[in-house]
Amino acid sequence: MIGASLLGFIAVCAAATFATRVLPFVALARQADHPLILHLGRYLPPAVMMILVLYALRDFRPLSDGRLNVAADGWPMMLASLAVVVLHLWRRNALLSIIGGTGAYMAMVQLGWAA
Amino acid sequence: MHMRHDWQQAGVTTLPVMFGYLPLGAAFGILAAEIGIPAWGALLMSLIIYAGAGQFLAIALLAGGAGLTEVAVATLMLNSRHLFYGLSLLRRFQGAGWRKPYLIFALTDETYSLLTAHGGDGGLDHAQAFRISLLNHLWWVLGSMAGVLASTTLTFDSRGIEFALTALFIVLTLEQARRLRQWLPFAIALATGVTAMLLLPERHLLLGAIGAASLVLLANYRRRLSGGLA
Repeated sequence: MIGASLLGFIAVCAAATFATRVLPFVALARQADHPLILHLGRYLPPAVMMILVLYALRDFRPLSDGRLNVAADGWPMMLASLAVVVLHLWRRNALLSIIGGTGAYMAMVQLGWAA
Repeated sequence: MHMRHDWQQAGVTTLPVMFGYLPLGAAFGILAAEIGIPAWGALLMSLIIYAGAGQFLAIALLAGGAGLTEVAVATLMLNSRHLFYGLSLLRRFQGAGWRKPYLIFALTDETYSLLTAHGGDGGLDHAQAFRISLLNHLWWVLGSMAGVLASTTLTFDSRGIEFALTALFIVLTLEQARRLRQWLPFAIALATGVTAMLLLPERHLLLGAIGAASLVLLANYRRRLSGGLA
């Protein structure tokens, strides 16, 4: 994808992202204290995070040739995820958990776990 | 001289975000280069989209040849959580003047957590919130730039680096669980997520799962209203 079509694509992404950020400020300012809004504001974000984890952990292959998560059987992905959880419960340092898990995943994938 | 002190303080405040955004931005830059997005495109994305997960999703959609409508809907759904960030900052951003549009534009998960972590009403003034937002944006753009450069000049084996995003989601989920200490949203997410995986084609998976979770939460709210139980 080149030139104008890429620009159009980026513009749509930017507009959609900004829309989600600006919408409450322009539309819902007076409903901020409505109990339904508070209910959703409290419970939707954690639910979305959990769904994102599930989404990332499924056999994820959006690329036509080659996959985004490189390993074939998914085991490196699961082991690295476990490493992230253990590291985070242990040290509670977001950066350490992310780098540790990603390093472990890259090592497993690059050292040829994926057959 | 006050100004300089304020920037220094903002710099210290954003340090943890810098450590997260530089490698994650670099991962984005490398991935973008790998699927053939030109350097200006990757930088423009970090400059004007400025959303971690959103930009990774954009790359996946771009690589998959998704249409613009689909891209818009998927981005809206993925970033719908930002709606609720805004709601809790309605009062905080009041009177921010010319800085307000930028503060809203730059409201990422990490910036939100910094802005809300710092004290109650008298905690952060608008100028300082603006400095923190701007610095976080800068770390993200610099990281992306480093990633683009690394992928064109170095022969760095980056296979597997995209796992950083999975790791980020896991960490954010653990933090949410720690903060909330309730199983309800996680149970709902597991149920709708797994159901969506079983029933929906891949490109509608995220949309379906998050939409269904919102509906379940809505039903749960109405039930609480009528039943009067927590």
